[in-house]
Amino acid sequence: MNWDVALILVTDGLANGAVYLLAGLGLVLIFSVTRVVFVPFGDIAAFAALSLAAFETGRVPPTIGMVAVLAALALATEVGSLLRRGETARIPKAVLMWGVLPAIPCVLAWLAARPGVPVAVHIAVAVLLVVPLAPLLARVVFQPIADASVLVLLIVSLALHFLLSGLGLLFFGPEGSRTTPLTSAVFTLGDGFTVSGQVVLMVGAAVVLSGLFFLVFERTVAGKALRATAVNRVGARLVGIRPVRTALLAYGCASLLAGLIGVLIAPVTTMYYDSGFIIGLKAFVAAIIGGLVSYPMTAIGALAVGVVESFASFWSGALKDVIVFSLLIPVLMLRSFMAAHSEEEEDEVDQ
Amino acid sequence: MKNLMQTLTRGALAAALTACGVASALAADLKVGLSVSLSGPNSSLGVPYAKGMQAALAYKGEVNGRKIQLVVLDDGSDPTTAGRNARKLIEDEKVDVLMGTSGVPSAIAMAQVGKEARTPMIGLTPILLDPNENPWVMTVAQPTQLMIDAVVERMKRNNVKTVGYIGFSDAWGDLVYEALNKAAPAAGIKVVSNERYARGDSSVTGQVLKIVALRPDAVMTGGAGTPGALPFLALQERGFKGGVYGQHGLINPDFVRVVGAAGQNALMPTGPVIVAEQLPADYPTKKIATDFRAVFQKVNNAPTSDAFSAYSFDGWLVFVDAASRAMKKAEPGTPEFRVALRDAIFSTKEVVGTHGVYTFKPGSLYGVDERARVIVKLDNGQWKLAP
Repeated sequence: MNWDVALILVTDGLANGAVYLLAGLGLVLIFSVTRVVFVPFGDIAAFAALSLAAFETGRVPPTIGMVAVLAALALATEVGSLLRRGETARIPKAVLMWGVLPAIPCVLAWLAARPGVPVAVHIAVAVLLVVPLAPLLARVVFQPIADASVLVLLIVSLALHFLLSGLGLLFFGPEGSRTTPLTSAVFTLGDGFTVSGQVVLMVGAAVVLSGLFFLVFERTVAGKALRATAVNRVGARLVGIRPVRTALLAYGCASLLAGLIGVLIAPVTTMYYDSGFIIGLKAFVAAIIGGLVSYPMTAIGALAVGVVESFASFWSGALKDVIVFSLLIPVLMLRSFMAAHSEEEEDEVDQ
Repeated sequence: MKNLMQTLTRGALAAALTACGVASALAADLKVGLSVSLSGPNSSLGVPYAKGMQAALAYKGEVNGRKIQLVVLDDGSDPTTAGRNARKLIEDEKVDVLMGTSGVPSAIAMAQVGKEARTPMIGLTPILLDPNENPWVMTVAQPTQLMIDAVVERMKRNNVKTVGYIGFSDAWGDLVYEALNKAAPAAGIKVVSNERYARGDSSVTGQVLKIVALRPDAVMTGGAGTPGALPFLALQERGFKGGVYGQHGLINPDFVRVVGAAGQNALMPTGPVIVAEQLPADYPTKKIATDFRAVFQKVNNAPTSDAFSAYSFDGWLVFVDAASRAMKKAEPGTPEFRVALRDAIFSTKEVVGTHGVYTFKPGSLYGVDERARVIVKLDNGQWKLAP
C-alpha cells in the first residue's frame, strides 16, 4: 500500500462514513426519544432510492400505494382510539393529520411520474414520499405499545423490518437499481488524485445536516422538547411536553434523513430491496459506539466504521463485514468497563 | 322435486366428465412436471424459465400423437419447497419427467427426490452432483469449465499475460475462480489476484484498488446478475484500461441496465441463442434458435432477452426426442416408461437445441460441446457476437 491508495481508501471510507453518520443520527434520535431501535430505518432509505429509480425508468413508484395503505391504517387506528375515548370532536383533525397530510406526497409523486419532469423534482418527491413512512408505522405499531420494554420494542422493530423488506421485494422485484449521478463533476487535488463530485456531495450533506441538527437541538423549542423527552419522559410530561408528539417529530426527522440517504447513495451503489438492512446495521455499530445517546460520538463512530470498512475491503474483501462488526467487541468491552454499574433503572413511565 | 332432479343430473354429468378426465389421463398423455421460482429472490430467473416452457409446449405439444401435459409449480426460491414440489409432482401428478429449476440448490433437492422415486430429471441449471451416485439426472446447461475455457481462449488471442480475478464470496465465485485457474496456466496466463465481495456489498473500491495496483493485462469477474456489475463500475472509476471479462452469469438485461457505460466492450461467453440473428447461416443452432424466438414472441407477446427461457426450451426438446424413443418400449405413466425414458435421454444423440447440440452419455451430467458457447461483446447495451 502506498499513499495514493491509502488516500483513495480514506475518501471512499469517508463517503460511506457520511452515510452511516446520517443513519446513525436517525437511529440515536429515535432511540433517545422513544427507546425504539428503529431497524426499518435502512429499508426506508432503500425505498427512497428505489422510488427514485422507478421515476427514472418512467414508472409510478409502488411506494405510493404503500404510503396510502399505511395512512389508511393509521387513520383507522387513530379514529378508533378517539371513538373509544369518546373524543369525537377531534376526529376532523385526525383525518387531516393522518389522512390528508400523508396523501400530499402520494399525489405529488403520482404527478411527478409523468414524462418530462426534471430530475431535481424527482429527487425531492422521492424524499418526500418516504417521509410519512416512519411516523405512520410508529402510529400503527409503536404508539400502542410505547410503554413496553426495550426488548419488546426491538423485537417488534425487527419484525417490521422483515415485513418492509418483504414488501420491497414484492414492489420492486429482486433485481437492483442504480440511478444517474447527481453530479458528474470530478475534482483533481494535487498529484493526479481525484475526488468525485458525488463523494463531495455525500460528505457535504452529512456536514450540513449534522450542523442543522445541532442548531435545531440548541436553538428551537421543538429541539429542546426532543432533548427533554430523551432525558426524562416523565419530567418532560410534567413541563407540558407531549411524548407522543415528540416521538412523531423524531420519527418524521429520521424518515427525512433516511430519504436523503437513499437519494445520496442510489447513484454510487446498486440498491436492492434489502440493501437498507446492512446500512442500518453499520449505522447501528456507529450508534453503539456513541452509546445510543451521544450524537458527536455517533458521528465519530460512523466515520470510523466507514474508514475501517474501506481498508478492510482492501486487505481482505471476503472478511470485510466480519472486521467491521468485530469493532463492536472492544467498544462494548470498553463501555461496560467505564460505565458506572448501577442497578438496572426501571423505566419511569411504567410506574 | 325439480331441484333434486337438476342436482342429480348435474351430479351425473359431473361424474361422467370426471370419469372421462380420468380415462383420458389413463390413456396416458405424457406428463411433464416443472418446478420453478415464480416468486422470491430467484424469480427474475424463474419467470423466464416458466415462459420458455410455455413456448416449448406451444412449439411441440405432442409426441407420436400423444398430447403432452405440463404441470407447473412455484418453489418460492426455496430448496425445501422445490423438494416438496418434486414429491408432489411425482406422487400426485404422476409425471414422467421432472424439470427445474432456477437455483442450483433447489435443482439438487429435486434431483434427490427424482432419484428416490426413480423418475428422470432434466435440469435447467448447472447441477453440482456426482452423476454416478444419481443416474436419474442430467442438465441442458453448459458446464462452467466449458464457458470459462472459451474466455481464456479469448484472453490468449488478445495477448493477455496476467489476469486479476474478482468475484462473489460464495460458491459461484469459487466455481469461476477454479475454472479460471484450471484453464489459465495451459494458455500461459497468470492469475494474479483472488479478490472477493459479497452479493449485498455497496462498494468494491478496496478490492479493485488492489487489483489495479498489480497492473494485470485484464480482469476476470465472477459475479452474477445486478451485483455482478459492481467490479465493472469500480474498474471504470479507477480508470482501468485493460480488458474486462465476464462469464455467462452476467447475461441478463438487468445487469446491462445497471452496468451502463462501464460495461462497454466487456467480453463474456454465452449460449449462441442470445445472438441468434447474428450467427452465420450455417451455425448448427441458428434455425431452431430463430424458431424459438418466433414461438416465444407469439406465446408471451414479448421478445426473449435472456438465456434462461431457452434452457427450458432445450430441456423440452431433449425430453420430446427421448420420449418418442421410449414410447416404443413402454406405456407413458408407468414406472417402466420412466426407466425407458431415462435410458432414452442418456442415449440422446445430436439433438439440436437453441443453446447447443446435445449428446448425453451415462455417467455425465452435461451433454454439450464447443457448439454451445459463443463470445459476445457488450456494445451500447446490446450483445454483439464477437467471433
